[in-house]
Amino acid sequence: MVQKPIYLDNHATTQCDPRVVAAMLPYFSETFGNAASTSHRFGWEAQDAVDQAREQVAALINTDPRNVVFTSGATEASNLAIKGLIQPLLRKSGSPPPNIITNKAEHRATLDPIKKMQRTDAAVTILPVDESGRVTPEQVADVLCDETSLVSIMLANNEIGTINPIVEIAELCRSRNVPLHCDAVQALGRLPIDFEELGADLVSLSAHKVYGPKGIGALIVRRGNRRARPEPLLDGGGHENGLRSGTLPVPSIVGFGAACQIAGDVLQVESDNVSSLRDVLWSRLSSELDGLQVNGHPTEKLPGNLNVSFEGIDGDVLMNSLKEIAVSSGSACTSAEPEPSHVLRAIGRSDQLTRASLRFGIGRFNTPEEIDYAADYVVETVNRLRNST
Amino acid sequence: MTVQDEQANEPQSADSGNGSAAEAGRIFFDANSTTRPYPQVIETVAHHLRLAYANPGSRHAEGRKARRVFEEAREKIADLLGASPGEVIFTSGGTEASNMAISGFASCVPEAVALTAGEHPATSESCQALVQRGWELVNMAVDADGRLLQDQFAALPWEQLKLVTLILAHNETGVIQDTDALAQHCLQRGVPLHIDAVQAVGKIPINFRELQATSLSLGAHKFHGPRGIGALLLREGVNLAPLQYGGHQESGRRPGTEMVALAAGMARALEICHTDMNSRITALQTMRDELEQRLQATCEPTVINSPAGYRLPNTLNISFPGVDGEAMLVALDLTGIACSLGSTCSSGSAEPAPVLMAMGRPEDVYKSAVRFTLSSDNRPEEILIAAQRIAAVVKRLRDIASS
Repeated sequence: MVQKPIYLDNHATTQCDPRVVAAMLPYFSETFGNAASTSHRFGWEAQDAVDQAREQVAALINTDPRNVVFTSGATEASNLAIKGLIQPLLRKSGSPPPNIITNKAEHRATLDPIKKMQRTDAAVTILPVDESGRVTPEQVADVLCDETSLVSIMLANNEIGTINPIVEIAELCRSRNVPLHCDAVQALGRLPIDFEELGADLVSLSAHKVYGPKGIGALIVRRGNRRARPEPLLDGGGHENGLRSGTLPVPSIVGFGAACQIAGDVLQVESDNVSSLRDVLWSRLSSELDGLQVNGHPTEKLPGNLNVSFEGIDGDVLMNSLKEIAVSSGSACTSAEPEPSHVLRAIGRSDQLTRASLRFGIGRFNTPEEIDYAADYVVETVNRLRNST
Repeated sequence: MTVQDEQANEPQSADSGNGSAAEAGRIFFDANSTTRPYPQVIETVAHHLRLAYANPGSRHAEGRKARRVFEEAREKIADLLGASPGEVIFTSGGTEASNMAISGFASCVPEAVALTAGEHPATSESCQALVQRGWELVNMAVDADGRLLQDQFAALPWEQLKLVTLILAHNETGVIQDTDALAQHCLQRGVPLHIDAVQAVGKIPINFRELQATSLSLGAHKFHGPRGIGALLLREGVNLAPLQYGGHQESGRRPGTEMVALAAGMARALEICHTDMNSRITALQTMRDELEQRLQATCEPTVINSPAGYRLPNTLNISFPGVDGEAMLVALDLTGIACSLGSTCSSGSAEPAPVLMAMGRPEDVYKSAVRFTLSSDNRPEEILIAAQRIAAVVKRLRDIASS
């Protein structure tokens, strides 16, 4: 028996894993000290828990725990990277304006702070993406220049799941001594990430996309690269090696650590599972419906992602008809985002196809029965809507 | 979904931290640093972590459910603090809220900011960051009790001021400021007033509208709520340059996926604090006063650094001249008492509190100052035990110092 509605929106957020909740609970009650209280045992125990979680997060992406700066989430992490690197340069008088390179398909947590920097006089290059949503190293090479102060390219896209060639882009950036920021929020726990191999200097992460709690994330900051050390957004105590002040939310941090630990343990099995569920869903939809277009890259793609546009159907009507599954859509007003998907626009989808698109995000807790049910349900709904017009 | 439901996973863990610091006999007198979340708060957070997990930005049923939980939390907090729901901006805590106000109001061409002498680092350090950008800081002086001198307000450089920020209840001394006159000045001159109420909220009644501040910061973990969440109350119609960009959340004023479970826990904590608040205040004050009297009687000489009549009901800042504060902290911890010395930020509690210097305390007073801060988790029977342990430590350390 399938319980409805079926949650297929795991790129928006994931359900906190019960094991994560269980790991967090003692840190609300028994071990509740302030991790910065160095004068008593309540504080030390909290600090130990934070240290362990820091190691767990670091281990999932193979980095030094000292590179992990806990933030309130990925939006703060990306803002810290971007504003933190660019604002000091903007204040330097006499030097040319800093130059930032990014691309059209980034998440708003990257694009919006960059646009803010642009309004305060940074020079910004927003690269187009190809029809699969990718940025190529050649594109980056063409625009890198002496004034480039930051390149920001995401690892995996939140809407269409496309994976960018970060390793090659990072090599280019390193050869020009330009810091590279990489939003790896959607990739964490879904793809193996090796911070050293990846080569980015700053990486944004979030717990709630990896079955952890909301309200916690991290910016990974490569130590020893002065050009990649941002100035803090928050002052007041000098926590997190001076990069992020504020009392550490120990239970949330413990939850993030536990979520990373679990993700590392199950990564291969889970990504095989969600890939095959995704493939089943797609083969059912594509064999039973005409006029579908998959958005994203055929192979370089997140395992649980399926983003489909439906020809000949109104996006709002489609979304409003799908009461039994929780998915998101490229249409305006179907999520709280005010605009139709800028990512689908960037890969060249028409207005109609952009609006009539669904993003399925398959995750840890989905079952084959749910996927079967969802496929039946979508096929039936689309047929009904197409027949009624 | 194969996820276990609520019941299958009931909080076996909520009270199972064995071998932790809260072992028998330990007394936690460091509530201004952080507090233990109320059991009902933990239940609320765990409940919503499990069930209201969707992104409130999603339009599907799960998303709408999460949105409802989140907005109900906002309404409850607004209601308890005399604000309207639209005036509540959720943040990751008090530090972010104060930073948001300070850097937000100071996003214009550098001029001047006035602040209380001896501020909490969340304020003083974000003001120091402004200095690097060309801003001037105007320190508002306090008297020997740590209270703002009321006759200085007219003489502040109002023409240059873009922001006045003050700490309503001080984290070190517990001193509560009179804000009326300053708020009137700010209103008349059209200068925004930010109030750091992190230590005050949940401990004493707070009414945002009556305070007439432009903004007010609070953090949940100071009132038995979860860490990692707080809020900035921002008066309707006032615009503030955000700290971060990247989404529609909180009307673009604070983008980032909403912290649904933490917000619900914060609202629950505040609700509990405001239930029978007066009797809670009386109970805290009774315990605190007993501790104070016992220490004064058994540890002479002592200096009380928190003024009578104008301080939080839970705070006792007391100096034991002739004793080294740091040595005392270590010794007290060994006897099972957790307390602190200075502001509990990342430098730890090992620096003298700037506020005691601002109050003009001599070295042997501020170097021997210890802060005992109580909460409703403390029991009256802890007071006598604690007073005896503290007196023994003070005596021993003084004996060592004089031998």
